Amino acid sequence: MIELKNIRKIYQVGEEEVRALDGVTLTVEDHEFVAIYGMSGSGKSTLMNIIGCLDTADEGSYFIDGQNVMDLSEHSLAVMRNKKIGFIFQQFNLLPKLTAYENVELPLIYQGLPARERKTRVEESLRKVGLENRMYHRPNQLSGGQQQRVAVARALATHPSLILADEPTGNLDSKSSRDIMNLIHDLHKQGNTIMLITHDHSIAAEAGRQIRIMDGKIVSDTGSNPAV
Amino acid sequence: MKLRQSIKMAISAVFSNKMRSFLTMLGIIIGVLSVTLLISIVQSGTGTITDAMSTLGGDQITVSITGNQKRLLYYELDSLKSNENITALAPYISGRSTAKAGNHSKEVNIYGVTKEYFSINNLKLTNGRFLSELDREYSLQVCVIGAEVAKELFPYGDGVNQTIRIQGKDFRIVGILEEEDEYAMNSNNQRIFIPLTNAQRIFQQMGITNLVLTSENKTTLKRAQSDLADFLKAKFTEKDSYTIINMSEIMDMMGTVMNTLSLMLGGIAGISLLVGGIGIMNIMLVSVTERTREIGIRKAIGAQRSDITIQFMIESIFISLMGGMIGMLLSIVILHVLNLFVTEVHFVISPSVALLALSFSIAVGLIFGIYPANKAARLKPINALRYE
Ligand SMILES: Nc1ncnc2c1ncn2[C@@H]1O[C@H](COP(=O)(O)OP(=O)(O)OP(=O)(O)O)[C@@H](O)[C@H]1O
Ligand SMILES: [Mg+2]
Repeated sequence: MIELKNIRKIYQVGEEEVRALDGVTLTVEDHEFVAIYGMSGSGKSTLMNIIGCLDTADEGSYFIDGQNVMDLSEHSLAVMRNKKIGFIFQQFNLLPKLTAYENVELPLIYQGLPARERKTRVEESLRKVGLENRMYHRPNQLSGGQQQRVAVARALATHPSLILADEPTGNLDSKSSRDIMNLIHDLHKQGNTIMLITHDHSIAAEAGRQIRIMDGKIVSDTGSNPAV
Repeated sequence: MKLRQSIKMAISAVFSNKMRSFLTMLGIIIGVLSVTLLISIVQSGTGTITDAMSTLGGDQITVSITGNQKRLLYYELDSLKSNENITALAPYISGRSTAKAGNHSKEVNIYGVTKEYFSINNLKLTNGRFLSELDREYSLQVCVIGAEVAKELFPYGDGVNQTIRIQGKDFRIVGILEEEDEYAMNSNNQRIFIPLTNAQRIFQQMGITNLVLTSENKTTLKRAQSDLADFLKAKFTEKDSYTIINMSEIMDMMGTVMNTLSLMLGGIAGISLLVGGIGIMNIMLVSVTERTREIGIRKAIGAQRSDITIQFMIESIFISLMGGMIGMLLSIVILHVLNLFVTEVHFVISPSVALLALSFSIAVGLIFGIYPANKAARLKPINALRYE
C-alpha cells in the first residue's frame, strides 16, 4: 500500500518558484491499477519519481507498506527500488552496450542472486514478453516496441509488487502500444499494483482508477477500485 | 560473486572504447616503462661494476709508492706485519721485460712478489705450486706464470719445470695460474711472478713500490688504513710520494652515488606516472559525465552507491594495471634487446623493481579513480536519469 500525505516538491529556478507538486495526498491500495493523466508539466512524472524513490519530496510524508520512506537510508532506498518497484520509462532506459539478456539480468545482479537463479529468472521474464529469441540482441538491434518489452521484462524480473510506468507507450506505434498494454494488464492480473502515466484517454480508461493532475494538485480521482 | 560481475562490467567498459582506454593507458605505460627501465639499467650497471671491483679486491688496501727520494725496504715492513689490524701484507715490485722460452718470446709484466701475493689475491693454480718463503729467502730462480703467458710460450703443452729466460737469467716454472676473466687492466693472465729478491736485482730496484693488505673486516680495515698512513707518513715526509687506496671505501662511495642516481631517475620517471594518473582521473571524470544516464539507470533499478563506486574504481585500476603491465613488458623487451648489443653488462629487472612498479600503477589507479568513482556514486538517481 502506498500512502502520500501533503507531498510538495518545489523547484527554485532563478527567482521563480516552480511548484511541481503542491500538496498531493493519495492512497493506493495493493493490486490497484491507477492511471494518472494531465497536461504536460502538471507534475505527473515528478509524482511518479517520488513514489518510485528516485526523488525525494520537499514536504509531506510517504509510506510504502507502512514504512516511512522519508526515514530510509540511501542504502534502503536502493533496496526498495530494487526489490519492490519495477520501472518502465517512456525512453526505455536500457543500457545500450548490454544485450537484452544482460539488461534484464542487471537488477538481479544488484540483488546478489546466484548465476543459476538469475538465468532462470531472465529467461522466464524474456519469455513472458515474447522475446526469448532476441536475448542476445543489443537495444540498437531491436525495434522500439521490442526495446520497451525488454524494459518490461527487466521491471518484472525482480518480482516487484509495484510497477511504475511513465508513459510507456509514448514512443510507440499503436500495435506496439497494444502489446505493452496487454503485458501490463497481465501483470495486474497476476496481482501487481500498477501506476501508469498516460496522455492517451483510451489507455487511461483501461485502468480501474483515473487520477487527473493539474498544476501539481490532484483535481479529480475516481477513487479506489481494486476489483477491476 | 557481485565483485566478479563488477569486474566483468568494468573490463567490457574498458574494451568498448579501446582507443580511448589505450590513450589513457599510455601515460601509465610510459611512466612504468621509464621507471623500470632507468632503475634497472642503473642497478644492473652498478652490479656489474661492483662485481668487477670486488674481484679486483673489494676488501683490500693498496699502496703505491712513487717518490724516489726514499726507499721502503722489505725488512721495514715487519712492524706492519705484526700489526693486529692487518691480516696479510703483500709487497711487490713490477716491471716489463721480454720473456723467452725456446723460440717463443713475449713482452710481459714481471712481478716480484712474496708468497702472500697469491693468497691475498685469491689466485688459483692449474698446475704446480705458488712461490714460497724459501724461494724469496734464497732468491731461487723460479717463477709462476699467468695463463696467457703459458699459452703463448708453451702452446703445445704444460710448461711446469720448463725454463723461461728473463734478462739473461733462467727461471724454472713451478706453477701455472688459472685463466681469469679479463677485467679491463688488472688481470694476472699476462704476468710472470718471480721471488721479490730476484726482481729487485733484475730491475735494480731495492725499494718496494707496491703493497696490498687485507684485514678481518671493514672496521679493522679502516684502522689498518690509518696505521698504514701513520707508518708511511713517518717514513716519507712528503705526502705525495705515496697513495693509499681503500677499495671498500671506493665501493661504498660508488654504491651511494648509484643509489642516489637511481632514486633521482626513479623520481623523475615517477613524475610521469603521476602525470599518467592525472590522465586517468581526467578520462574517468569525462566518462562519469558521459555515462551519467547509465548511472541513473543503474541506480533506478537498484544499484547501491557502493556498486557504482566499485565499478568505476575497477575500471580505473584495470586501466592503470594494464598500462603498468604493458610498460613492464616493454621494458623487459627493451632490456633483452639491449643485452643483445651490450655484452659488458647484463640488464635485468629486479623483482623488487617489478613489484614496486606494478603496485605503484595499482596505487595510481586507486588514488586517481576514487574521486571520479565517488562523484559517479553520489549522483541522485533522478538527476542522473534526467541528464542529457
Ligand atoms: N529539475 C527540475 N528543475 C526545475 N523544474 C523542474 C524540474 N523537474 C521538473 N520541473 C518542473 O516541474 C513541473 C512538473 O514536471 P513533470 O516532469 O512532473 O511534468 P509532467 O507532468 O511529467 O509533464 P509531461 O507530461 O510533459 O511529461 C514542470 O513545470 C517542470 O518544469
Ligand atoms: Mg513526464
